[in-house]
Amino acid sequence: MYVAVKGGERAIENAHDWLAEERRGDRDVAELTVAQIREQLALAVNRVMAEGSLYDPDLAALAIKQARGDLIEAVFLIRAYRTTLPRFGYTAPVDTGAMRCDRRISATYKDLPGGQVLGPTFDYTHRLIDFKLAADGQAPEVRPAREGAAEPVPHVTGFLNAEGLIETAGDDGDAPGDLTREPLELPADRALRLQALARADEGFTLGMAYSTQRGYGRTHAFVGELRIGAVAVEMEVPELGFSIEIGEVVLTECETVNQFKGSKTEPPQFTRGYGLVFGQSERKAISMSLVDRALRWEELGEDDTGAPAQDAEFVLYHGDNIQATGFLEHIKLPHYVDFQSELELIRKLRREAVEAVPEAAE
Amino acid sequence: MTDQHYNFAYLDEQTKRMIRRALLKAVALPGYQVPFASREMPMPYGWGTGGVQVTAATLTPDDTLKVIDQGADDTTNAVSIRKFFERTAGVATTTATAEASVIQTRHRIPEEDLTEDQILVYQVPIPEPLRFLEPRETETRKMHALEEYGAMHVKLYEDISRHGHIATAYAYPVKVEERYVMDPSPIPKFDNPKLESRALQLFGAGREHRIYALPPHTKAVSLDFDDHPFDPSKAPHPCGLCGAETSYLDEIITDDRGGRLFACSDTDFCARRRAAGHVGPALEAAL
Repeated sequence: MYVAVKGGERAIENAHDWLAEERRGDRDVAELTVAQIREQLALAVNRVMAEGSLYDPDLAALAIKQARGDLIEAVFLIRAYRTTLPRFGYTAPVDTGAMRCDRRISATYKDLPGGQVLGPTFDYTHRLIDFKLAADGQAPEVRPAREGAAEPVPHVTGFLNAEGLIETAGDDGDAPGDLTREPLELPADRALRLQALARADEGFTLGMAYSTQRGYGRTHAFVGELRIGAVAVEMEVPELGFSIEIGEVVLTECETVNQFKGSKTEPPQFTRGYGLVFGQSERKAISMSLVDRALRWEELGEDDTGAPAQDAEFVLYHGDNIQATGFLEHIKLPHYVDFQSELELIRKLRREAVEAVPEAAE
Repeated sequence: MTDQHYNFAYLDEQTKRMIRRALLKAVALPGYQVPFASREMPMPYGWGTGGVQVTAATLTPDDTLKVIDQGADDTTNAVSIRKFFERTAGVATTTATAEASVIQTRHRIPEEDLTEDQILVYQVPIPEPLRFLEPRETETRKMHALEEYGAMHVKLYEDISRHGHIATAYAYPVKVEERYVMDPSPIPKFDNPKLESRALQLFGAGREHRIYALPPHTKAVSLDFDDHPFDPSKAPHPCGLCGAETSYLDEIITDDRGGRLFACSDTDFCARRRAAGHVGPALEAAL
């Protein structure tokens, strides 16, 4: 005899209890602390802050712990928390030119004012599993020289601009929109596109950027400059009448230099792609600048080749992993009402088809 | 017990005001999809964030809330959303359709007729009825503005020429007050006639940032052709538990030898009928 599917409430509670137990894992193994995650899984923390659009390393580390290391789930926790925070106001634009750079490289010049500063990078490591880390987990004996750039270093694109070789990236004076406060409406201007890309899924952005390198909306990008470091965040306080520093954030900024043939009205000039992401998130920042550049085809008078990365509606509507994962995973929810209506329909269509051609049923 | 860390019904008052403005606009333009600045909610997109935001902006402390998914009050996601509002709004909840002042639903309209005092809030996955004919939002907004619905009729006609019937069984499009073509959310087409209701019906699509509405007594006509009239079909059986002949039925597989039970998808409706002494064939056989 059929028993109605009751007890959803109890089932949910049990699932949550089991989840908490699995999160903890083997109790003979020491529990992971939030500080350990923040310090030792810093790049995961950075990604969660970037895609969660909230700069708070402790909270991001906690979210990673709560999400059992599922970074998209952690981003989701941060986003849901972020919506409940009151909005006091907007800070002044950060000055990345005044960044205290831990890392600053240019792929377009061998040497340049400010120099090439490698910083803490995986770039030239051999990807060999380091079994010593498993054995003792100790820090290397030799303390490395931790030296970023001593002084603020000039932007590489500034050198090109001085010669007029690259388009001027001017401030149009318009206040940028706010994706988290207004619904996205198309066509979206560049500020809004960059905002969407800054919080877009790293994997999606990487895939889109990669596709432009393989010919789907090719833009011939050079990494003019990649810089990582801390910048001061300033906010104008109405009572004071001037802006004061309220904290600092670590950012990764990427500026690409791209080819441009020139047009009837403009002489040949390089063009720009731009990426700016919370924390040390190089892959994301470079990807972002490639996709940004590809999306600018219309404004620069280029052809629409039909490439996905040129299609703002496609990129902006599908880059948000919280939207994507939610909708994707919702198909786990019951759909038996809809499925039932399809069942009725297909039975009816089959019945009619069989009646029309009786031998086909044999 | 209300969770004191959050504002009444979770969202802050500014956000609720923004949603209410969108709702007012939606009510003023029945069937028109109003963009709104949908917020991230603590449940995933696609799991009812639009409906939850609309409900949050609609609820008052005196309301009684009912939440259903697939017609049932006890499906896991309905339980989860009901608990969310118990915790963040502290409102009374019920499973009785007649006792609820706000009903949030996924995929069904309750069997029992609603009244002027009730609000039905739908969770909507894809608000755009033209989406699978034209993937671009910029295009579909133009099509609505110009009332350019030819593509939809062509699609329905192609169904008929291929299958002999319109092959849309749920999320069956309706034309609202002879103006906007609207997606009624993935309710079975059996429910479409109930879209013309005495209750206020609000539709929330969180991930897609859209809100739309059917004010009470608004005309909502299911698209069809003169020679292929709309047919709100259902399984040709009575409910096995309560014997109802007119309710929408779920099909439940009861064994691995083809045994099936058809039972009301609206669990409140079914339980009420059984309490009133109605017995369906399956229950009768078991007694």
